[in-house]
Amino acid sequence: MQTKNQPTALNVAYVANLARLHLTDDEIATFQPQMEHIVGYVQQIGALDVSGVEPTLHAVEVTNVLRKDVSRPGLDHERVMANAPSEVNGLFMVPKIVE
Amino acid sequence: MEFDFNALTVAESRRLLDGGACTSEQLTAALVQRIRERDPEIKAYVTVDAEMALAQARAADIARAAGGRGVLLGIPLGIKDLLNVEGQPCTCSSRLLEGYIAPYDATAIARLRAAGAVFLGRTNMDEFAMGSSTENSAFQVTRNPIDTTRVPGGSSGGSAAALAAGEAIATLGTDTGGSIRQPAAFCGCTGLKPTYGRISRYGLTAFASSLDQIGPMTKSVEDAAILLGVMSGLDPMDSTTLDVPVPDYTKALREDLTGIRLGLPREYFIDGMDPAVRASMDAAVELCRSLGAQIVDVSLPHTEYSIAVYYIIATAEASANLARFDGVRYGHRTAQADDPIDMYGKTRQEGFGPEVKRRIILGTYVLSSGYYDAYYLKAQKVRTLIRRDFEHAFQSCDALLAPATPTPAFRVGENTSDPLKMYLSDVFTATANLAGICAMSVPSYPTPEGLPVGLQILGPAFGEERILHIGHAFEKRLGRS
Amino acid sequence: MNYETTIGLEVHVQLKTQSKMFCACPTGYGAAPNTLVCPVCLGYPGAMPVMNEEAIRLTVLTGLMIGSNINELSKFDRKSYFYPDMPKNYQISQYDRPLCLGGSVVIEVDGVEKTIGITRIHLEEDVGKSTHMARSSGVDFNRAGHPLMEIVTDPDMTSPAEAYAFLVALKQILLYIGVSDCNLEEGNMRCDVNVSMRPAGQKSLGTKAELKNLNTFKGVQHALHYEVERQSGMLTRGERVIQETRRWDPDQGITTSMRTKEDAHDYRYFPEPDLMPVVLAAAQIGALKATLPELPRTRRFRFAEQYGIPAYDAGVLSADRDIADFFEAAAGLSSNPKAVSNWIMTDVLRVLAERETTLAALPLTAAALASLVGLVDKGSINMTGAKTVFEVLIDNGGDPARIVNERGLAQVSDGGAIESLVDDAIVANPRSVEDYRNGKKAALQFLVGQVMKQSRGKANPPMVMEILMRKLEG
Repeated sequence: MQTKNQPTALNVAYVANLARLHLTDDEIATFQPQMEHIVGYVQQIGALDVSGVEPTLHAVEVTNVLRKDVSRPGLDHERVMANAPSEVNGLFMVPKIVE
Repeated sequence: MEFDFNALTVAESRRLLDGGACTSEQLTAALVQRIRERDPEIKAYVTVDAEMALAQARAADIARAAGGRGVLLGIPLGIKDLLNVEGQPCTCSSRLLEGYIAPYDATAIARLRAAGAVFLGRTNMDEFAMGSSTENSAFQVTRNPIDTTRVPGGSSGGSAAALAAGEAIATLGTDTGGSIRQPAAFCGCTGLKPTYGRISRYGLTAFASSLDQIGPMTKSVEDAAILLGVMSGLDPMDSTTLDVPVPDYTKALREDLTGIRLGLPREYFIDGMDPAVRASMDAAVELCRSLGAQIVDVSLPHTEYSIAVYYIIATAEASANLARFDGVRYGHRTAQADDPIDMYGKTRQEGFGPEVKRRIILGTYVLSSGYYDAYYLKAQKVRTLIRRDFEHAFQSCDALLAPATPTPAFRVGENTSDPLKMYLSDVFTATANLAGICAMSVPSYPTPEGLPVGLQILGPAFGEERILHIGHAFEKRLGRS
Repeated sequence: MNYETTIGLEVHVQLKTQSKMFCACPTGYGAAPNTLVCPVCLGYPGAMPVMNEEAIRLTVLTGLMIGSNINELSKFDRKSYFYPDMPKNYQISQYDRPLCLGGSVVIEVDGVEKTIGITRIHLEEDVGKSTHMARSSGVDFNRAGHPLMEIVTDPDMTSPAEAYAFLVALKQILLYIGVSDCNLEEGNMRCDVNVSMRPAGQKSLGTKAELKNLNTFKGVQHALHYEVERQSGMLTRGERVIQETRRWDPDQGITTSMRTKEDAHDYRYFPEPDLMPVVLAAAQIGALKATLPELPRTRRFRFAEQYGIPAYDAGVLSADRDIADFFEAAAGLSSNPKAVSNWIMTDVLRVLAERETTLAALPLTAAALASLVGLVDKGSINMTGAKTVFEVLIDNGGDPARIVNERGLAQVSDGGAIESLVDDAIVANPRSVEDYRNGKKAALQFLVGQVMKQSRGKANPPMVMEILMRKLEG
């Protein structure tokens, strides 16, 4: 979260990788100028002086919305696994995680 | 059939059902029949479960015979496909959620169910609510029933089109930057975006968590009041709902505007706006004046920044909210992948449409290392200024009047090649979401070609009774003129 | 050249709550996979988190116990990274406004005290658990969403032994306030380690390695030993240490580079819009503070001084809060705290170990133990009888005086009765009497034993000895 006063251009391929989104070369070629156009537009807020202004983190101002530590049963296991793209022995299967 | 079932409002349906003039089964069957006839062209629905709806209708008839008087007992509704309804698909009009069956009810749905509502089916939308035309649905392009060469608006375009085509008594939409009000304006119906925190978001697939709200889309302001009353109130499952009492909103509906001060924000009435929209607004303002309202000029000076702020905040939140769609626990997964990272990349490439991809990229970028302060944090600060603009304006008036959209419904395909141009069409609606206030679009005078135009009434936070009152008075007077 | 080691720890502690951090699913270990899950902890579309009040209380309690400042306003943030065991692909954590800042834990290595600084304590949600197979991995989300407290230390430790001592001291504190079960086998406590080396005297820190897969405290110590050797070897050879994450392999006793595919981490933190800030008023914090127990270390010193027991015993008795509380309660009711200490040190701890149970599960009360000590001190019962009473107390509880009466265990201190038993023993064992008078002192013990046996253990042993000697000498 550090500041850069002069945002540099958005590199679509790099950012898409951060978001775990594969893009074809055609998609990158289409998106790159579109995104630059959009980023150019939203950069207009850079000119506004907001010194001393607090950010709005929430549209409502309440604090300490808490629940008591009481448990209750969750979802039925069969129902959960019915949505699973791949299941073995009650586990969600994925290609092997290499650490 | 002696009634025109398809034009019925919630209030009228209830009178017929309570008086025994028809049954919910007849009403539901008539709507299902209309969907069969009309929807192949309109494409308002992505799923219709006629069997389930008719079973619910029969159960409602039995309950009514036994003395049941739920507020919505036996009344068929269309539900935007962004909301979880237990046992039903919830695709969000995305390939990524094909195959997903919701195991739970959204809180708003549970409350409608408890009031006796019948669920006809799921209405089409822009994928994950990202769009202003419903052209971004992965499944179909919904047509505007008033003029089928035009879009119904978006993202709740299916919900608006279903009403205009007589395919539902009322529908639910969701509004992040105008997604209820803009399609309501395009299709000539009423759309209410409640105050942030009024209706629980639990079970609403999140687009931008600090902006999203569920709201009613109806054929009358009275219906909006009825549905709002059923869905509103504190929910322990949504920490952002507020413990504000829920009044009987229908009691707020009055037919004159004596003593009401209505503000016209000068930034919303600009040179170069569509002349038909301008003419409709001028006439609407005159009508309000004739009902006894006092018209005052107000200013919302930071309006010009609202689209930039909106797209930074909304896409940033969306980039995190949509990260869960990864093919591990539900929904689409790519056929072959070497490792989890490969699986994510391919699954998301195949599952998301271009507009969703663009917004994920923008949102990821504005949060990424080095850019957070310049974009996201800055946008949150400008958001504070936009909120203050409204607080200030509401000191000199009770509500604001503005166009809901800069233009009437545009043609299918007209804006798809320029994403930014599409974004700019949210200019009059996104501010209410940024400020967290309530706003409603009601039909105003149509254009000379007969296209609907929406009058937007904006009220302060938890000022729903006030905007419903104003909207009702306007609607009644317009109906007689 | 000499190198100095710098070590910092990030300790993840699963909090002891009934339900998960952001949903009402039960917390639990060992349930069938994916049976303790709901839309919230599975990251379903539309699900929203709601904060568990108890998890916040336990984190604040921990902070207060180690002297942290509690942030008046704290908030939750989303930390984005994709991993199959992470349901939403972001973790709800705390970035710039954690619940607790600062604090310290005192450790002791080879009799030398040292204060280890705490940077911060924040609260987050645990992730699921992966099982790896030949070509695939399976994920169980039962653990996902369990409240997880992360304690980050300052880089204050300079040896593997200090890191080990820190973990032991921290665990003791956490157990003391009952915020976690700290069961390492069940993964209640997990640890990431940062370690770097620099030439002695150099101000700036060297390049650090982050060590993962450290599931035991001994593992932390072993991995650090290995890493210290590895890094100092590289530096000595003039090689450069690179900043990386390394995995500890306990079987081979080495660390290996994890070479993750992840690019430089970009977690894209931003405030969690679905959760409201937590505001802790001074009054609330004060009320929590009032419930805090003494630190185990402070209590240890007090025990030795106040009750006059050896430092070692004070350490054992204060190590576990239940035992320490039990000792204090019994010692308070007794005029002989030392005897109370002895009973706990030898008999109570033995029983707990043999039966693999806890004090709470035994019917023995502090009052009963104090009363038993009193009976011995008054001479109402001898040690043999006292052991029998103790066994009864362990199994059934009850009042020691009544047990003595019911079982006829009262010590016989009636001179006449003992004298007649002594006379009988002298008559029955002429050989031993003879031996004793010929100077074989061991024969006396035999005769005492005979008298005790005849009294079925109840005779007062000093009196038996005294009367026997008088008769034999006389």
